[in-house]
Amino acid sequence: MSVPSGPRIITSRFDVADGHTYAGYVRTGGYVSLRKAVSSMTPQQVHDEVKAAEIQGRGGAGFPAGTKWGFLPAGVHPRYLVINGDESEPGTYKDRLLMERDPHQLIEGIVIACYALNASQAFLYVRGEMAHAQERLAQALNEAYANNMVGRNICGSDFSVDITLTWGAGAYIVGEETALIESLEGERGMPRLKPPFFPAVKGLYMQPTIVNNVETLANVPYIVGKGGGDFKSIGAPTSTGMRMFAVSGHVNKPGVFEVPNGVTTFRMLFEAPEYCGGIRNGGSIKAFIPGGASAMWFFPEHLDMALDKPTVDKAGSMLGSGAIVAMDQTTDMVAACWRIVRFFARESCGKCTPCREGTTWLERVLKRMLDGHGRPEDIDLLFEVSESISPGIAWPPRQTTICPLGPSAVSPIASAVRRFRHEFEHYIEHRRPIDGVESPFATHLASHA
Amino acid sequence: MSRLSEERVATAKEIIGRFPRKKSALIPLLHLAQEQDGYVAQDAMVHIAELLDLAPAEVYGTASFYEMFKFHPVGKYCINICTNISCQLVGAWNLLHHAEERLGIKSGGTTQDGLFTIEDVECIAACTEAPALQVNYRYRYKVTPESFDALINDLESGKLTGEVPPHGTLASVRQTTTAAWSNRGVEEQAQVDAR
Repeated sequence: MSVPSGPRIITSRFDVADGHTYAGYVRTGGYVSLRKAVSSMTPQQVHDEVKAAEIQGRGGAGFPAGTKWGFLPAGVHPRYLVINGDESEPGTYKDRLLMERDPHQLIEGIVIACYALNASQAFLYVRGEMAHAQERLAQALNEAYANNMVGRNICGSDFSVDITLTWGAGAYIVGEETALIESLEGERGMPRLKPPFFPAVKGLYMQPTIVNNVETLANVPYIVGKGGGDFKSIGAPTSTGMRMFAVSGHVNKPGVFEVPNGVTTFRMLFEAPEYCGGIRNGGSIKAFIPGGASAMWFFPEHLDMALDKPTVDKAGSMLGSGAIVAMDQTTDMVAACWRIVRFFARESCGKCTPCREGTTWLERVLKRMLDGHGRPEDIDLLFEVSESISPGIAWPPRQTTICPLGPSAVSPIASAVRRFRHEFEHYIEHRRPIDGVESPFATHLASHA
Repeated sequence: MSRLSEERVATAKEIIGRFPRKKSALIPLLHLAQEQDGYVAQDAMVHIAELLDLAPAEVYGTASFYEMFKFHPVGKYCINICTNISCQLVGAWNLLHHAEERLGIKSGGTTQDGLFTIEDVECIAACTEAPALQVNYRYRYKVTPESFDALINDLESGKLTGEVPPHGTLASVRQTTTAAWSNRGVEEQAQVDAR
């Protein structure tokens, strides 16, 4: 199987032993784009390159970054840049690598973005549990300050900006941008209502704020260095550049790959020898998650689909945060569905009733099926509760809540129950999974019996 | 147990100085308290409230939202085993079960000697290295029952003391406040027009 190739853009230093140090970064072409931006480009010109690159945000929603930057209202200052390093969508593993292995690339992207946005200050918010990433970023920031790449009169220009490194303390919801802002203000991480609190207008400290994902900003040095047109020529016109995908689950070689966006297919990632090298034990795909726990699941008929945002959107799911989870024919779909729903039930912030109550109900109903206490009416109940959280149970999901967390819990229900309804019915009737699938709790539950 | 030490108050003041508003330093300061005592003590929260001009209830109000903050002593080593989807698919529950048997506690519990706490946690962003765990937020990948036992032995014998600090310590390197700090970027429209 031949796969499309492209330049390694943001993972280029992953094999460089000292790529995370200032010396290693500069030796491999680092900080050239920042120097170029502050010495020979206007902020508008930098913004124009990012717009021309048509880079879609890599955090989950896939909104074009250049367009987002344009939402800042003119003449309102101070304004802030907030970097979302709170990677916690189940299955997602790429921002942590970018922070640990190439922290200067991210810092360079941040400073360039601050220049383009006329920002007053940047706040780099890293997930609390990521001690090593915090360490690497702190070290890199200290070096970048010492070498005049952050701070006063950057690279000898009249441009100055500070980056404050800060971190969370364990809450998935803080990955939602308005909740992240609340957390950054020292509050409980509960999302704000939009409108009126669109961050670009009323964000951090009620000032205009841009919230960008780590991977998005890590691409900025390349875009400014080579030009937006160069970036746009990679991948597909509808999904530009290279993009990182973490492929986990039942594959022979799980891994994180930077691949040409929009043209690589799911099958290539699962089967090609340079990627995952096939399904484990020579098995076959039963279902897979194309873009994180919040996404609707895909099935064998979707394998040849390209990882292209509009294509995947149209098929009724999303590429989200680049988290692909493969499930082979032995997977217990009731257990898989339950585990994802439990995640959302645990992580609901409790602000909106449909989510707080609904996710908890869904989790309890699924748990009692697994425990052998399922009732015949439970499948209908799952859909009824799902309807209350997300009317129509459609894609993109409708919300009765402030943020998409609650509706996300409906995705695994809609996916698994609709496709594998017989597995749920079998659990209810026979108190165990269908023949040929493995309960993930074989040992665990036996010990409680 | 205690208020923040003098040294930590100095660090706290540096952190506070990096934000336009004091309250933004709250979560980093709570981590400082947890680093000092292994958990967030009541006196420490009162002290943090003083440092940030807040009521103690506001400090607790925020702190209680976040999973990482513990309000009572936990094990010196907190072992967080991920059981989310990617890890569940390759045996995370069996691993958790093994850990519970090995340590004689259930998820959420602490061993009598105060050395170990285990928790089953949500995705820790190591999905391609499943099943994964963190011990005091340091990763261990593709964990088997055997490698889990070896980890416990190494922690008990003190072999990993340098690599795994006691619960509460996150990064061993901090951002330092340089003399060049406080370099606000653009603060008003006139500066934009001047570019």
